[in-house]
Amino acid sequence: MSIGTKEVREIEHVAIRFAGDSGDGMQLTGSKFTDETALAGNDLSTYPDFPAEIRAPAGTMAGVSGYQIHFSSRDIHTPSDTVDLLIAFNPAALRGNVEDVRPQGTIFINSDAFNQKALTRAGYSDDPRMDLARRFKLIEIPVTTLNREALQGLSLSQREVDRSRNFFALGVLCWMYGRPMEATERWLTSKFKGDVLEGNIRSLRAGFAFGETTELFPISYSIQPAKFEPGVYRNITGNLALAWGIVAAGRQMDRSVFLGAYPITPASDVLHEVSRLRQFGVKTFQAEDEIAAASSTLGAAFAGHLAITISSGPGFILKQEALGLAVMVELPMVAIDVQRAGPSTGSPTKTEQGDLLAALFGRHSQSPIPVLAPCTPGDCFHTVIEAFQIAVKYMTPVIVLSEGYLANSAEPWLIPDVDSLRRSKIDFAKADPNREPGSFEPYRRDPDTLARPWAIPGTPGLEHRIGGLTKEDVTGNVVYGPENHQRMVDLRAEKIARIADDIPPVQVDGPERGELLVIGWGGTLGPITAAVEESREAGIAVSQVHLRHLNPFPANLGEVLGRFRRILCPELNEGQLAMLLRSRFLLNVQSFSKIAGQPFKVWEIRERIEAIMKEDV
Amino acid sequence: MAAAAPAKLNRKDFVADQDVRWCPGCGDYSILANVQKIMPELGVPRENIVFISGIGCSSRFPYYMNTYGFHTIHGRAPAFATGAKIANPELSVWVVTGDGDGLSIGGNHLLHTIRRNLDIQILLFNNRVYGLTKGQYSPTSELGMQTKSSPQGSIDHPIDPISFALGCGATFVARTIDVDAPHMQDVLRRAHQHKGTSFVEILQNCPVFNDGTFAEVEDRKTRAEAALVLEEGKPLVFGSTGNLRGIVMRGGSAEIIELSDRDDPIERGVVIHHERHVSPSYAQTLATLRRPEFPLPVGVIREVEKPCYESMLDEQVASAIAKQGRGDLRKLLHSGDTWTVD
Repeated sequence: MSIGTKEVREIEHVAIRFAGDSGDGMQLTGSKFTDETALAGNDLSTYPDFPAEIRAPAGTMAGVSGYQIHFSSRDIHTPSDTVDLLIAFNPAALRGNVEDVRPQGTIFINSDAFNQKALTRAGYSDDPRMDLARRFKLIEIPVTTLNREALQGLSLSQREVDRSRNFFALGVLCWMYGRPMEATERWLTSKFKGDVLEGNIRSLRAGFAFGETTELFPISYSIQPAKFEPGVYRNITGNLALAWGIVAAGRQMDRSVFLGAYPITPASDVLHEVSRLRQFGVKTFQAEDEIAAASSTLGAAFAGHLAITISSGPGFILKQEALGLAVMVELPMVAIDVQRAGPSTGSPTKTEQGDLLAALFGRHSQSPIPVLAPCTPGDCFHTVIEAFQIAVKYMTPVIVLSEGYLANSAEPWLIPDVDSLRRSKIDFAKADPNREPGSFEPYRRDPDTLARPWAIPGTPGLEHRIGGLTKEDVTGNVVYGPENHQRMVDLRAEKIARIADDIPPVQVDGPERGELLVIGWGGTLGPITAAVEESREAGIAVSQVHLRHLNPFPANLGEVLGRFRRILCPELNEGQLAMLLRSRFLLNVQSFSKIAGQPFKVWEIRERIEAIMKEDV
Repeated sequence: MAAAAPAKLNRKDFVADQDVRWCPGCGDYSILANVQKIMPELGVPRENIVFISGIGCSSRFPYYMNTYGFHTIHGRAPAFATGAKIANPELSVWVVTGDGDGLSIGGNHLLHTIRRNLDIQILLFNNRVYGLTKGQYSPTSELGMQTKSSPQGSIDHPIDPISFALGCGATFVARTIDVDAPHMQDVLRRAHQHKGTSFVEILQNCPVFNDGTFAEVEDRKTRAEAALVLEEGKPLVFGSTGNLRGIVMRGGSAEIIELSDRDDPIERGVVIHHERHVSPSYAQTLATLRRPEFPLPVGVIREVEKPCYESMLDEQVASAIAKQGRGDLRKLLHSGDTWTVD
């Protein structure tokens, strides 16, 4: 389709937010626009923000669902602190999102939805439009009416007709930013048929045509493709990457996978996706509760599967007893916690990094477990594979801490060459023909890794018993002696500590030593990187380290931290990593904490960097 | 089956080298001996046998069996067994639990494992008391039982393990007695033969904290009066010669009638035992027979067939592979919309 005769202005980047009722299809509209944007070759970052309620009462603030996308012709790291364009489907969506629009930014509203009743329901005592028109570029489009006109003649109910109006809005945006619509039309064709398909496609095209012809929009915009490393790309969310990482781990280690899980937001999508992939020989088990999910996982590990369980905060806590047993019996399993805002049920759909200390210390007694945290949606894929490799090599449970933000956010992902992914063969124990039958020693350790053998049922000659009671070194028999107890505690700690030599050392981004190091972990990589880059552009010498390995820390971490006069640690919790770094390295690590259920804004970190540079050390 | 068995094993091959640490006189000794006795007869290679337990006196069981064993978490043994059986359906998985472990802290797992009908055996040792924590009342303790935690008497209404299992949709439900070796061995063999979850309640004496709780059925002198021995196709008759009685059904409830030595119990309307009724209502009625009004039924109460969870899961995996071909990671990663940057 042609862009017509209107002016096309080239811009570098733009941030758009779609906002409407949870039933208005905002997440779908946003994700389709994201797919089109990816195909147009822009770098992008998205931030879906939706309520926990499935369908809150229509038109209320509680039901507002938003989807933000930031796309650019250059490398970007975040969904953007402010939006340039807000599309508000009703007054509540306007009221809930207007403060994130930059000054003089643009707001599209569906003017058909702005009646007195809807305004009241959104909590507006007066019509806000006059006032907003002074602060923003307010464009009123009667989307509902225009869409109904476009769909005349189809045998669809009014309700069905109105349901497609999000595609009208999508069509408008496709015109405005020169997006190709083929992918969306292809998707619609695969999803619908008959008049519903026809209706959705008409809506999409009518929106595009409206953009082209209306005098409301004198110009459209063009954003050049970003420069990417060569290769084949796709969009990926953290949850999809976790699911595919689970499947990939089975292939890379040539062993069947067992996934035991209980549905919980925001982790359920991983269970859904893996359940769809049974052709990979993956067995998924929806357990009766979180405890059974973790316990069945450890049972499957005992029987020789690559076993994994996935949950989010409240469910993760229920798995701790099984993880403690996994530490005691030294069997490999992976537990993923897609962290969400808490405590307790908290805000299920909102992000947080509050479970770091729970992952490290949430079990009773001394119970060391390696902890990994992916930094981007795509990194979730590689992190799961690495977690399995550590688990099997060291015969230990491993915890992966993802975050709600990573789970649902999309980014372009360079699809890895599957042949380049690390392969590792599992070395199950076999009976030694030179030894007397029945003399198998389940706790005789590999001298390098301190891992005990993985002897699985079905292997003749290795019959043995394991369990939660204190085990004697080497034989694994139940004993309660003090020396043995101390030795086993020390061995388990030493085994995990040795993993530090097996993981990559931290890399410093920026000067190797100096005034300020910003250190973060997990899903805050985007905003921290953006803030550091902006600070450097403003002339501040600042370095950055980002951790994927939280336990053990990379071997060189203490030495690296010691090279900086100031250390700033931004986290979406009350300073949990900062606490660990201070106690471990006796350094003055300054915590920058945010717990609002939302990711960091770039400016928040940048301001903090500026402030800390003014302080005396 | 026999062809798959390795060189002939005997009971001793299933005895682990660990000292057994139950109290002297504990009913668990006899259960252990009977389980070890039948193991060589099952035709299962020893390396394929797995005992999985939770926490409690009974749950020490796996340490004493020279098979694979996993002593897990309080109440969770059925969930561990589920994972192990799904991972390797070839394994013969035996869950050992108690009335506290299985019906209190682990009631939820027991429920769901039974209803999924994995092909495993669940042995629930019922002594109607907490042993390992030293004598508190359990979910099967009788109302009014005085213990350290119920000095004025328990005010918990007890749960009946057999009714519970039937209510969960169990496909094999049986009850046996710790001291009746031949009966227990028969029941254990039947439990192993059954394809599906076999639930076996084993009445077990705790000589320290609840001595004599099942004395009437354990004592040979009173057993004929106190126990109703179930046999497929035979009428529900109990008592001793000269004092025979039978169970009849009237108005949906069980009643006892007296039988003379000359009576044909069937002609008198005594119920004939059938394990395979489609409806569980007969079995549920049997489960309501309790002391002291009725004799306690022992034997196989119900056996029916239903597909097993792990088989259906394997079939789904196989059908996914048949329909879509074996999973190809490269294709998966490239599925949907992709774009190339040169």
